[in-house]
Amino acid sequence: MRLFLYQRELTPVLITVGLFAYFTIRAGSTFTDSLSLSSAAGYAGPIGAIAVGEVLLLVLAEIDLSAGQVFLFAPWVEYWLHNLGVPLVFAILLALLVVCGVGAINGLITVLLNVPSFVTTLAMNFILFGLVLIYSDMTQGTPIPLSSSNGSPNFSSQLMGAWLWSEILWVAAITILMTVLLRRTRFGVRIIATGGNLLGAAEAGVPVKRVKVWSFVLCSFLAGLVGIVDAVKYGSLDPGNFGVDYILYAVGACVIGGTALTGGRGTVIGAFIGAILIGILEDGLTLIGVSTNDFYVWVGVVIIFAMALNAQFDRLIARSRAA
Amino acid sequence: MSVQPAQPTPPGSGSGEPALEVRDVTKRFGALVVLRGIDLVLRQGEVLGLVGDNGAGKSTLVKILSGFHQQDGGDVMVGGERVHFHSVQAARAHGIETVYQDLALIPQLPVYLNLFLGHEVTKLGPLRFLDKGTMRKLARQYLDDINVHVPSVDAEAAQLSGGQRQAVAVARSVRAATKILLLDEPLAAMGARESRLIIDLVKDLASSGRVSIIVIDHNYAHLFELCDRINVMQGGRITIDQPVHETSLEKLTELMISSYRSQLEEIPNDGA
Repeated sequence: MRLFLYQRELTPVLITVGLFAYFTIRAGSTFTDSLSLSSAAGYAGPIGAIAVGEVLLLVLAEIDLSAGQVFLFAPWVEYWLHNLGVPLVFAILLALLVVCGVGAINGLITVLLNVPSFVTTLAMNFILFGLVLIYSDMTQGTPIPLSSSNGSPNFSSQLMGAWLWSEILWVAAITILMTVLLRRTRFGVRIIATGGNLLGAAEAGVPVKRVKVWSFVLCSFLAGLVGIVDAVKYGSLDPGNFGVDYILYAVGACVIGGTALTGGRGTVIGAFIGAILIGILEDGLTLIGVSTNDFYVWVGVVIIFAMALNAQFDRLIARSRAA
Repeated sequence: MSVQPAQPTPPGSGSGEPALEVRDVTKRFGALVVLRGIDLVLRQGEVLGLVGDNGAGKSTLVKILSGFHQQDGGDVMVGGERVHFHSVQAARAHGIETVYQDLALIPQLPVYLNLFLGHEVTKLGPLRFLDKGTMRKLARQYLDDINVHVPSVDAEAAQLSGGQRQAVAVARSVRAATKILLLDEPLAAMGARESRLIIDLVKDLASSGRVSIIVIDHNYAHLFELCDRINVMQGGRITIDQPVHETSLEKLTELMISSYRSQLEEIPNDGA
């Protein structure tokens, strides 16, 4: 019971296992075969990639609404640079540098001009979306280098997303790294301290502004990195994709995973599980023939359910401490 | 180490070199002038009490000395060297630690990480991995040494009582202070037993002569027990500077009232 009370990730794990069992019973081997599971992973990948970076900002009591658009923006930058004759490796590295710059701008505007990050990153989301529309000339289906449509896949293209499972493995690896960062490093303690008690942390000598800016950079970087992987996976870019669709799922995944939006608390693994949960839900509902419209209703129900359950756990914890 | 019975501070202690000197320090926040030229000397090994009404500027002065705010004018000298702190870290590098009025504990972090916040023990070099084992052990040992009792060093600060939280906040700064310790109302919201504990902790530190201390407190009985000297702040200035062994609670109160009156006459419409 104690273990249950202190593991916030347990709620989404239970819901995920429950959904998995339900869809396995309803759809049988159609659901459990690898193609179907990889499509669940396909839904979960982008959401997870954005969510695991977003958790850091939610723990800081900040938010990055532009991370979804950064996810879509990074492969465009790579594509433009490559078209200009920049070798592919450098195009990828430069694109990552650009999205780090986007994160730095988000962070610096937030801490130096005292603009709420909700507003800063909302604005950044529109700016990036506009830039993609302007410089893509609205051409759909732009092929991206490295993807399997450009010749036979080799190791580097498979690593960068051409393989069916590479994206979700990237996200899983990042989840582990970010968990270690948050739980085991000085930077992680500084994130929790800054989000838990901003003034107190500053008085104790935590460089709160620097911590925030670097976290925005990190969140942007992770979204951009997996964004490139995702683009390679699908083989083409669509300028009409809107980042807000992604970011709202990602925040939902964080919340399902047990991260409060009040700061000081959050779990990276929970956010990853939340993304998997949404992926299984979308894939499973499709397979059992439920319309995609119903999916949205279910996502909403699960978010509220998980949040309510976590709130109850918090009250139980508070009561067990008082006793 | 056991809790020692209260002993009167020997008069004349801390008569050595100035550990800290403040010369004509001014500070304003927008149109509000908070410090109008502070002159203050803290001698090596001395405990200096700072009293004054709310809004007299005590906390602002402490925040300047700890690098949290920067003064607009005037000089701060530490060990005879002119300094200007642009950050809390810069003040710390000069051995200055502060306990703030608003308790700089992080509710979501365990006691041992709170105790080491800003002074984390890390390993693996530049990766800055937390050495949790070492910090836990040191925290347990240190809190035990100074008789601060918490349910566990792994307990989150949110689980502690107000007094326990304050004790951990004071313990953190006392542990880390190498030259100067600034205490902004360290006994606020504390029970009698916990107040006793903190007073003894500060006195122990003072008697070592290693650290010089400034204490802000509204409780004159505590100040008279703890301090070698008391400075009174009124309207952004130090108006009274009295060694504790030359004054009494009654005398100090009288001085404060007469000083307050003369101030009113001097600048009748100031601040209005």
